[in-house]
Amino acid sequence: MNEILTINNLSKQFGKKRVLNDLKLHVPRGEFLTIFGPNGAGKTTLIKIISTLSRPSSGEITIADYDLTEEPENIRKLTGVISHNVYLYDELTAKENLKFYGQMYSYPSDKLDKRILSLLNEIGLQYRMNDRVGTFSRGMKQRLSIARAILHEPQLLLLDEPYTGLDQHAAQILNRILKHLHNGKRTIIMTTHNIELGFNLCDRVAILNHGQITYEKTRKQINVSKLKKAYMSEVEGILHD
Amino acid sequence: MIIAKKDLHTEFRTKQMINSMLIFAIIVVVIFNFAFSELLQDQSNATNNADGLVNYLAPGILWIAFIFTGMLGLSRSFISEKDRNCLEGIMLCPMSRNAIYLGKVISNLVLMFIVEIVTLFVFAIFFNYNLFDKILLLLPVFILGTFGFIIVGSLLSAISMSARNREVLLPLLLFPILIPVIISAVVATGIILQDGSFSEILDNLRLLGAYDIIFFVIGLLTFEYVVED
Repeated sequence: MNEILTINNLSKQFGKKRVLNDLKLHVPRGEFLTIFGPNGAGKTTLIKIISTLSRPSSGEITIADYDLTEEPENIRKLTGVISHNVYLYDELTAKENLKFYGQMYSYPSDKLDKRILSLLNEIGLQYRMNDRVGTFSRGMKQRLSIARAILHEPQLLLLDEPYTGLDQHAAQILNRILKHLHNGKRTIIMTTHNIELGFNLCDRVAILNHGQITYEKTRKQINVSKLKKAYMSEVEGILHD
Repeated sequence: MIIAKKDLHTEFRTKQMINSMLIFAIIVVVIFNFAFSELLQDQSNATNNADGLVNYLAPGILWIAFIFTGMLGLSRSFISEKDRNCLEGIMLCPMSRNAIYLGKVISNLVLMFIVEIVTLFVFAIFFNYNLFDKILLLLPVFILGTFGFIIVGSLLSAISMSARNREVLLPLLLFPILIPVIISAVVATGIILQDGSFSEILDNLRLLGAYDIIFFVIGLLTFEYVVED
């Protein structure tokens, strides 16, 4: 199968602490993978490494045939990241923030304004586009952060606990956008604690535990209650350690 | 350039840093003016002109104002990105890490030059001293000295941004490394103000130039490792 992400024997160590331990993960193009895991399992570290924010201690990672350590800039062109950090400037307006990131991603300047307006419309913030982001609520900032992440039309979207701090409306908008992107054959990898929300849209689930993928099932093989049970047994394992 | 443009745009909109820097620079010049007022008055009474004394005082006063004011700006340069978690946002963009460093260097340089121009005017007014007829000779000293200060300061600002006591750490790291810049710039400025020729400051300019090149290359080679885990 045509894979967009291939991870083999990935390890990450912070001092003596091994956060990721010989992790293997293969993600086909167009798949929506949700990774569940308790605190400290290494979910954020994994997303940071895939998004080139952090260097792996060892292992091989290729994204769309680009080697992560050799060609990080090409990988950044293909990936978009949504996390609980919104990466927005309070002093700039919503439009200025998106324009800044559009220029950083070398989005064609003649199409940038149109793209920004269309995204602001999609996230329901076009009426606040000339207001400073500092005046926005947490949910509005997170919605704008979604627009920032997909502005350059990434092939691979990485979401690290994207529902943190989102109100109902913002969570619905996020779900709608994710559904739309998924239907458009974009690959999505999401980490979350929220089993219902995480299971809702995905094609495959995985549980990250002790720095390794310890559980993997396709959506057809499992339902929410089975997933909850599997997750709890993993978490209990950790609690008993 | 995009990062520098964004930094300057946000700075000129909020004026958070530039206002503090300008006020600090003006206060330094005013305090020195009060401290030396009696001495300047005595000199003026004795020779009808205090310029001879100001020639000796100006280099120290100006470079103290420049360096300490610049420190204010540098200390916030990366911390403001880090505190808003925007540094990661920039690092996700498909460009070399050095582009972030260069962007910060350019925006810090622009802010510093604005502060230096205002400080020179304030100095000229308070000390009743015309240094603008020597500005062509002073210009390379100010440019090379400021560039050296900013390239090292920007790198160390990035290094210290994650430290717990980062506000203390930056000057502690920066001042010892800056000694060649400070000494060369102060000496060269002094020579020019005492009617020295360009050939007399050439050695200092060479030293400043070499320092700038060496630390600029070091900055470009190391910045990537500074901002990544």
